[in-house]
Amino acid sequence: MTRWLPFPLLTATLLAVWLILNESVSPGAVILGGVLSIAAVRMLMPLEPPEGRFRRPLAALTLTLVVLGDIVRSNNAVARIILRPGIRNRTSGFVRIPLDLRAPYGLAALACIITATPGTIWVEYDSAGNTVLLHILDLVDERVWIETIKERYEKRLIEVFE
Amino acid sequence: MTHLAELPSWAALLTALLLLLGAALALIGSFGLLRFGSFYERIHAPTLGSTLGIGFVLIASMLFFSVLQSRPVLHEVLITVLMVVTTPITLMLLARAALYRDRTEGNDDVPPST
Repeated sequence: MTRWLPFPLLTATLLAVWLILNESVSPGAVILGGVLSIAAVRMLMPLEPPEGRFRRPLAALTLTLVVLGDIVRSNNAVARIILRPGIRNRTSGFVRIPLDLRAPYGLAALACIITATPGTIWVEYDSAGNTVLLHILDLVDERVWIETIKERYEKRLIEVFE
Repeated sequence: MTHLAELPSWAALLTALLLLLGAALALIGSFGLLRFGSFYERIHAPTLGSTLGIGFVLIASMLFFSVLQSRPVLHEVLITVLMVVTTPITLMLLARAALYRDRTEGNDDVPPST
């Protein structure tokens, strides 16, 4: 399996992208898409992408729903901050968050989540200490943010990717 | 756009509402870009347009073409996925460049490197 079809999940994703773009599941589209996806993954191999694992799709689904909810809420919060007349009584600042997650794809997913929720920006990852530096627009309590990121996202990402 | 008249009014209304919501979020984001003081604060503002803002526009597009063509049109999901996967790269490049500049200039308000 690994020899003939390395990264089966990536191949399947590429095939799905091809089928959605073509808006068809006819045998022709599936065969052409399948050949192209396998060839694309083969061409990726010289870059030596890190091995990853993906377990518990159900946990991934809950995480997606949680993140979607958070995107809506933080959009609302940031929009309010921008439109509020008095801008002075708000502090923004940096927070360094110690991580337990080490899987490279998990970290990439965490970066996407943090960027996708307005109000938090991923600034710098330190691989030696496994910490990440975030900039937070409305920083009230550092500890609350560390707990939120770890409890809401990191725990589930560890379940899925490690 | 010549088929616009064939669109039932509920769908037209909903599409217009979603488009307006998305546009409003993008506008608020741009306004924030103008309003905030430091680089690190400014970088937060346009994410409104690139997350929920574009989300509303894409939902509007899916609704409009699905109703018009009487079949589910789902390409837009790919745009969402590609946006989510690629924006962190640009944002990280910008943020790290700013951090590097501030550290070399010795500004006090950025944390030191570990």
